[in-house]
Parts: sequence; C-alpha cells; structure tokens
Amino acid sequence: MNHIIIGNSAAAIGCVEGIRSIERDSDITIISNENFHTYSRPLISYLLEGKTDEKRMLFRGENFYAENNVKTYIGRSALAIDHVAKTVTLDGGDKLSYDRLLVATGSSAFVPPIDGLSNVKHKFTFITLSDALALAKTVGAGSRALIIGGGLIGLKCAEGLHAMGCDITIADMAKNVLPSVLTPEAAALVEKRVLQNGVKLILSNTVTRFDSNAAYLSGGDRVEFDALVVAVGVRPNISLILDAGGATGRGIIINEKCETSLLDVYAAGDCTESVDISSGATKIMALLPNAYMQGECAGINMAGGEKTFDNAIPMNSMGVFGLHMMTAGVYEGDAFALNAKNGYKRLFYKDNLLKGYIMIGDVARAGIYTSLIRERTPLDTIDFDLVKDKPQLMAFSRMERQKKLGGTTA
Amino acid sequence: MRFIYPDYEISRNLSRCIVCRACERQCSNDAHGYDEDTEKMFAIDENCVNCHRCVSICPTRALKIVKTDNTFRENNNWKVDIIKDIYRQAESGGVLLSSMGNSKDYPIYFDKLLINASQVTNPSIDPLREPMETRVFLGKKPQAIERGPDGSLLDNAPPQLELDVPVMFSAMSYGSISYTAHECLARASQKLGIYYNTGEGGLHEDFYQYGANTIVQVASGRFGVHTNYLNAGAAVEIKMGQGAKPGIGGHLPGAKTVGDISRTRMIPIGSDAISPAPHHDIYSIEDLRQLVYSLKEATDYKKPVIVKIAAVHNVAAIASGIARSGADIVAIDGFRGGTGAAPSRILNNVGIPIELALASVDQRLRDEGIRNEVSVVVGGSVRSSSDIVKAIALGADAVYIATSALIAIGCHLCRSCHQGRCNWGIATQRPDLVRRLNPEIGFQRLVNLITAWKHEIKEMLGGMGINSIEALRGNRLMLRGIGLNENELRILGVKHAGE
Amino acid sequence: MKRIYVNEKWCLACHLCEYYCAYANSGQKDMVKALQGVRINPRIQIEEDGGVSFAVSCRHCDEPLCLKGCITGALSLDDGVIKVDEKKCVGCYTCILSCPYGAIMPSASGSAVQKCELCLENSAGEPACVKGCPNRAIVYEERV
Repeated sequence: MNHIIIGNSAAAIGCVEGIRSIERDSDITIISNENFHTYSRPLISYLLEGKTDEKRMLFRGENFYAENNVKTYIGRSALAIDHVAKTVTLDGGDKLSYDRLLVATGSSAFVPPIDGLSNVKHKFTFITLSDALALAKTVGAGSRALIIGGGLIGLKCAEGLHAMGCDITIADMAKNVLPSVLTPEAAALVEKRVLQNGVKLILSNTVTRFDSNAAYLSGGDRVEFDALVVAVGVRPNISLILDAGGATGRGIIINEKCETSLLDVYAAGDCTESVDISSGATKIMALLPNAYMQGECAGINMAGGEKTFDNAIPMNSMGVFGLHMMTAGVYEGDAFALNAKNGYKRLFYKDNLLKGYIMIGDVARAGIYTSLIRERTPLDTIDFDLVKDKPQLMAFSRMERQKKLGGTTA
Repeated sequence: MRFIYPDYEISRNLSRCIVCRACERQCSNDAHGYDEDTEKMFAIDENCVNCHRCVSICPTRALKIVKTDNTFRENNNWKVDIIKDIYRQAESGGVLLSSMGNSKDYPIYFDKLLINASQVTNPSIDPLREPMETRVFLGKKPQAIERGPDGSLLDNAPPQLELDVPVMFSAMSYGSISYTAHECLARASQKLGIYYNTGEGGLHEDFYQYGANTIVQVASGRFGVHTNYLNAGAAVEIKMGQGAKPGIGGHLPGAKTVGDISRTRMIPIGSDAISPAPHHDIYSIEDLRQLVYSLKEATDYKKPVIVKIAAVHNVAAIASGIARSGADIVAIDGFRGGTGAAPSRILNNVGIPIELALASVDQRLRDEGIRNEVSVVVGGSVRSSSDIVKAIALGADAVYIATSALIAIGCHLCRSCHQGRCNWGIATQRPDLVRRLNPEIGFQRLVNLITAWKHEIKEMLGGMGINSIEALRGNRLMLRGIGLNENELRILGVKHAGE
Repeated sequence: MKRIYVNEKWCLACHLCEYYCAYANSGQKDMVKALQGVRINPRIQIEEDGGVSFAVSCRHCDEPLCLKGCITGALSLDDGVIKVDEKKCVGCYTCILSCPYGAIMPSASGSAVQKCELCLENSAGEPACVKGCPNRAIVYEERV
C-alpha cells in the first residue's frame, strides 16, 4: 500500500503511527510546506518564553521518519489532488501517486482587512514556528507589542512576549478574553491575572485603522506598537479537497472513519469539521488531541484496519501567567457552581449527562470530568454529589471501580 | 485524679518521624494524634495497649513502645499489677477482664524437659535423605485385625482424622475472631492437610467449602448447631471446658452479634450470646455418652467425636470417663490456653499445666488398658515444634494450637481482645479492622509456620533415630527433666537429666 | 505485561503507598532524609470516603488518551509503560485534562507533569507502592 500524507503536524504523525500499528512495510510519504522536522505548534509561545527550544519542541524524535520508514517532501507544497488518477501534484509539477491519501493541512491565520494594515511594517500572525521565529527576531525587551485577539493564541502569544520583556497590549472586540471557551465570569479571573502581569487589555474594541505603527480603536484609543500580532482566528485549509470536488463545510467533511467524500481520501485535524458529541453539533474542533486521534484513526483505516473516532469533544487545557484552566464540552443545561479560594468551577449537566465544565485554578484530576462527558456516563449511575465536590473515582460503583483499577473485565 | 499511670509509653524518635500519620490512621485506640498547628504527631500513652501495630507499620522505624519507668515503692508482696488491679476495681466495682492466656509466672514444664538424641548406637536419621513420617491418624483404633472369608483385610477402623502434621488449629469462634482470621485458618488447614475448629459460633456459609478440614464444635450454648453444620465438618467436638476459663461459660456481648455473626449463630441481632458454664443436659459420663451418640447418630457414625475439657485437678479420671463415653478423641486444654475474654482471676488462677495433665491422662488410660479407645490431643500454649515433640513424647497423639497461629497472622499478645478493637484485624468485628487481615497473606504465614515446624519435627525425630511420629508417642525415655522435683518427675513419668 | 492492580477490599487507607512513592522518586537513599519536612507529591493517591479507600495510579492504558493528546511528545510508550520526559514537557496539563483516572499530576516544580512509571525509572526497580503496601491491596502482576 502506498500512502501519502499532506501535512506534518499532529494529525499527520498520528496517521503514520496508526498505519504503522497495522502495516510495517507500506510506503508512506509526507508532504509538508513548512521547512521543519515535525514540531509541536502549540509550543511556539513556550519557545518565546524560553521554556522549550527548537530541539525539544520536536513533536517526535529526530529519527522518527527513518524509524517509521517515512519518505518526506519537506518544504514542498501540494497544489492539487486528482482523486480519479489518485495523484497529488507538487509545486514544481511533480506528480506523486497514492493508494490512500490523508489531507492534514491544518488551518491558517485569518487576517481581516483593516484600513492601513498593509502599511504596518512589523506585523505577524502566530501559528507556525516560522511566525514565532520571525516575531522573536523583531521584538526584544522593551518592545511594544499590540496583539489583536484575546483568544487562546493571543493570550499565549502575550505570555511568550511578556517573558521576553515586551510591553503588551491586547485588543479584542469581545467583552472578555477567551470568549470562545470561557464564560464572562470565568474570563474575569483570567483578565485579573493578565492585568496583574502588566499586560494592558482593551476589550469591546475593534481596530478601525492603522497608521504605520499605531492602531486606532473604535473606543477612541490610539495604541502605538513596535510589533503587531494578528490573532483573531484561524481558517481551515480546505482548498485541496474543495478543488478536487470533495464535500466541505467550513472544514473538510469527514465521517467517523475520517474518510472524506472522495474515495480513498481521508482528512484529519484542524482542516476538518466533525461532530462534537457533547452538543451534537458539527463543528471545527481545532485541538491537538483530536487532530492526533483523527490522524491515527485515518491511518489505521488507510492500512486496512478498523477504527472509528466518534467521541470528539472540544476541550482545552491552558495556563496563562501560571493560572491554569481547563474546559470541555458545551455550557448547556443546569450549572453547578463552586467558587473556592483556589479555584473556580462550573459543571454543566443536562439529560442525565455531564455536558461541559470550566475549572480555573485547581484543575487536579479534571480528566475524570472529561471522561464523563466523552463516555456519556449517565449521571444516575454515579454519585454525582461526590463528583461535584471534586473529580474522583469514588463516585463510581464498586464494580465499575474494580474494572477501572482492579483489572477485572467482567 | 488518676491513680493509674499508663503501663507503656509511646516513644517517637522525632529525628526519624516523617509525619506520614500512618500510626494515627492505624490506631483503633486513638493513641496517636496529629497537631495541625505544629504539624507534629503526638501520643496519648493511656490509650496504648502495646499491640505494636504502629511500631510495625511505621515506615521509618520512628516508633517503639517502652515500659514506663514510673515506679511504686518496691514491694515483693504488693506488686505493681496487684496494686493497679485494686485501683481498677476500686474505681469500677467490676470483675476484671483480660484475654489470651494465663500470663503469670507459673512453671512452664515444656521448658524443663530436654529431648534425647542418638549417638553411636541406634544411629540418627537424616530427614533430607530418608523418608520421615509425620502423618498421624486420630480416632479410636480397632482392637484386632479382621479378615474376610477370602482372607483379605477388612477395614474395621472407626472414623479417623488424618493429619499430615500432628497439629490442628484449636477452637476459636467466628465472633471471637474475625471472618478473615477464620478464612486464614480454613485455607491453611486445607493446604497443610490438617484441621481447624469452628469454635462455638457456628460455621459461616462461605467456609462450608473447607469442610473436609474443619472440626465443628458443639458447646453449651449450642449456637449455630444444625444437621448440615454437623455434617459439614470432618469431626464434631463437644466442648465441655476451656483451659483459659475452666468451670465458666462464655459471653459474646450483643454489640458483637451483628450481621453474619447473628445469622451464623442463629440468634437475633444484638442479643447476648451466653454459653452456660455447664451443658445443662450433662451431669454425668452417662449423660455425655448420650450426647456423643446423638452426634454420631446425626452424622451417621462417619465422623469421629471429640470431647474437649480443661485441664483441671482430676483430669485423668475425667479423661478415663470420656474414653468410656464412646468419644473417639479427648482434647485437653491446659491453663495457659487463650481466650477472647475471660475474668482475669479465672484466667490466672484456675486449672493446671497441660504437661502434667497430659502425662497423667496418658498414664491413666494406659493403666486402664483403654489408651487405644481414644486419641489424645493437647493444647494450652504449644509454642514451638519442640513443644510438640515433647507433648508427643509425653503421650499426645497431636496438639492443638491457637495462640501460636494468631501470632503467626499478626497477634502481638496485647491481651486486649475483649475490647473488640484488635488493630491486627483478628479479634474484632469492626469492618475497617477486619479487612486489615488479608487472608492471602495470613494463610501463607500459617502455612509457612507449620511447614517450618514440620521440618524441625523431622530433624528432632531423626536426631532421636526415629523415623515416624507414631513411634515417638508416649516414648518418655526420649525426655529428661531439668530442675524438677521428685513429684514433678514422677507425674511427668520422666527421669532427671543425667539419669 | 505486568501492571499495578488495586483491590480496595484490602486497602487500609494507611497512605503508605503515597509515601513510598514519594520516597522512591526522591532520588534519596534514606526515607527520613527524603521525606522529613516535605509535603509529598506522590504519583499514587488514595481516595477515601465512608470506610472505602483505594489507591489510584496510572493504568498504563492500551489506548492512552494522555499520550495521544500530548502536545509536546513528552509522553511516550516504552514497552507498555507510559513515561514522561520532563525535559520536553512544558506543563500544559493537556494530559491532566485527558486522563480518565486522574492519575497524572503536576510535578513539584509545576512546569511539568509527573506520573507513575512503575518505578522503572528510579532506583526502586519495582513499584515501591506495591512493595510497601502492608496488606497487598496493591499488586503488580501479569494478567490476561
């Protein structure tokens, strides 16, 4: 079997490992338009912070491709897929044939059209290692940075730049930071921590226009900067599939086996959209764990195995200036609230199921909550009062615990 | 005002204590505590019963229990214990209770008997090279060989108990000891090819599976006795008396009659389980004979019947009567035998040493020509394999052990069984404490102990030039007394060392 | 594959497994030196409530969600044992978010996570919690 993988991040690596769990000797080719060994994208902020380096941020060891017998086209772009002829066309015109193809093209930063943006000299996005390296080259201690976007990427970028000694302002049109994953109440805790670290927040504001090194905000503020980071969101890279006639929504549409609508073409990771079982909605869940597991699922199926990935949920673990938070699922239904000295917690439940949660501060053992959502554990089969208090296996029945911890399968 | 200063003090080596609080969590007597302010452990000596649970579990060996050096004015007549007993009774007005066996300083005859060994003539035997038989059969022996019309041997032996080693676990009721302790004993008996004894609390339904290695007891309270029970075991024992408390009955407080205990004993939850001092239907050997035969009838004459008595002054005559009652085995329990609870005065002052009782019973049965009518089993502080060898040389067919067995599974002889808070999970019914004794561990420790003793018995037998335990029975020439007076030597039927 | 199994029936809630774990992973040769005055941060934790108690440590799952979700590649599977490379780990806690058993926790520094590695990476050589359990409530054995 001859496999081609377009992409070189978590989904691609998951695919390689999925294929190799079934087939030892098939051909695998990775095509990557980035000029790097596989690395972890979420680590780019830690790179700025100095908590990792280019060597340690490799997602797999330097010998990964050799050990897994993977042929690579690093720094090359896939331009087109011919799903009938089963070929991929590379920049430069090379055509590669495949038996099974994985599209793991990820997403790209969305840069909105803003008046004067083209005249800004030092402007960056913050998705790739190249982005981070370019940013690091430009800024230093005392540099003024303006980050447009107070989401996950914007905040992590701020944390990285803060460690470099930059003077940071974050602007966002939303009323609070992390609008996509936190309630305003929870976000307030994060905002407090961000402000305590000397980062300025300008919320409920859009940028109306730029001078070369100043932004004019809708509320009237004028912010001067030495570097601008645009972190307002990402868009899935779906064009290869779209152009080949495959089904797409906002992302590439895949089924539980990670197959696209095109025969023998699979897709995984941030470029896809799939069902969030916590809400039942189809959405883009651009998360590394999902990307890996989709990639692995695709790989196993590509190699002739049987695998479904049908319990994806949105989830995030994130630390900002030492404040840890975890979120998962959707915030629907009844809420259980706990405001402790060292933490904030909301559990959302409906229809006898845990639907989602937010934990800030004390995040110990949060995975037990995640599992309740992912496994759709009926709440009447556990002691939910115990679980509300803290995540614990004590809430399960003795028999269930015996299965989990005692090694009995019955 | 407190008249009584604690007997023992908890000594904590603060340079080793890591404040893991295991001692605190493990002490059911609340002798350890943790101070949140100082973040240090503290001890309450008066709560300590010196059971060594904390000492054993402390991961850094930071704990030991020491005898207090708080003293009274020295007085050989008014000893410390005597004074304290008076204080206690002056405070409580009650009978003093204690548990396990007689702890007073009476002679221990096993320690005054020495075992022989062969030299030059009748050479010794190496048990690692030559077969050595430790198997014994308990029960009435046939008077003569019988043959069928074709000349073949007829099996005319009355029912027997077959033991791989001449040791059995003596009666401890479910109630006095825990479910897990019973499981240890039952499983070890099965593994070792010996027997354990239910005591008078009936047999938990979970343990019927070990019936082939179980002796079921019928005592004066008749708790848990029914036909299935009688037939579940390999033998039936009538308990007439117990070495720890001859002449008195037993009393399991209603608080301990919970759940399975109540069901197994067939009495209502919360009711006191009172075993009367006598069997109210036995006032003579003839009455006893009726019970023996009732039980044989109930078990279709397939199971030997044991009659157990405490070693008391005229034990030989009583044993003779039992041998004539139809019983297959007589069990004699010496005054050092253990108990889960008994009045201290009885415990420490009633009964006689098992060694003397055994020697006189064996001699009496021989003199009367009825030694083969019964096997003799003795208990009441058999502490080692050499005690077993000495008991057999004095005339026993096998021994009963209980205290040794409990020590093997964790008992530290704190003698507080009657408080029901045994930290080792043995003499308690508190679920959190019962589970401290994992039968997987306890059973193996019992198997280890008896296996080790079996090796030692073989070594001693070999040394005497004897290759079968049966050949040692009653062979008092293999014993010599040391430091014993004429009377003691005469009763024991042994010569003095050097003779 | 030998694994750690827990039988709550025999757990005494003595918490010694936690202390033996902390000691085994301390790098010290003396338990007193390792743990005196230290608030331990063990990789095995006792849950207890209403007379029930049991120890929880990494199950080394066949389908390890922690490893699959690890953003750095710091978690790896080595001969059936899930290990963490503390140098690679940046402490994002995605594995804590993922682990259905709550068996991964921040290391003392907070900048990485720690988990049970069956004492294969420390000098104990065999799981110290198992060896130290006074009642065989934690066992290390092969099961089919």
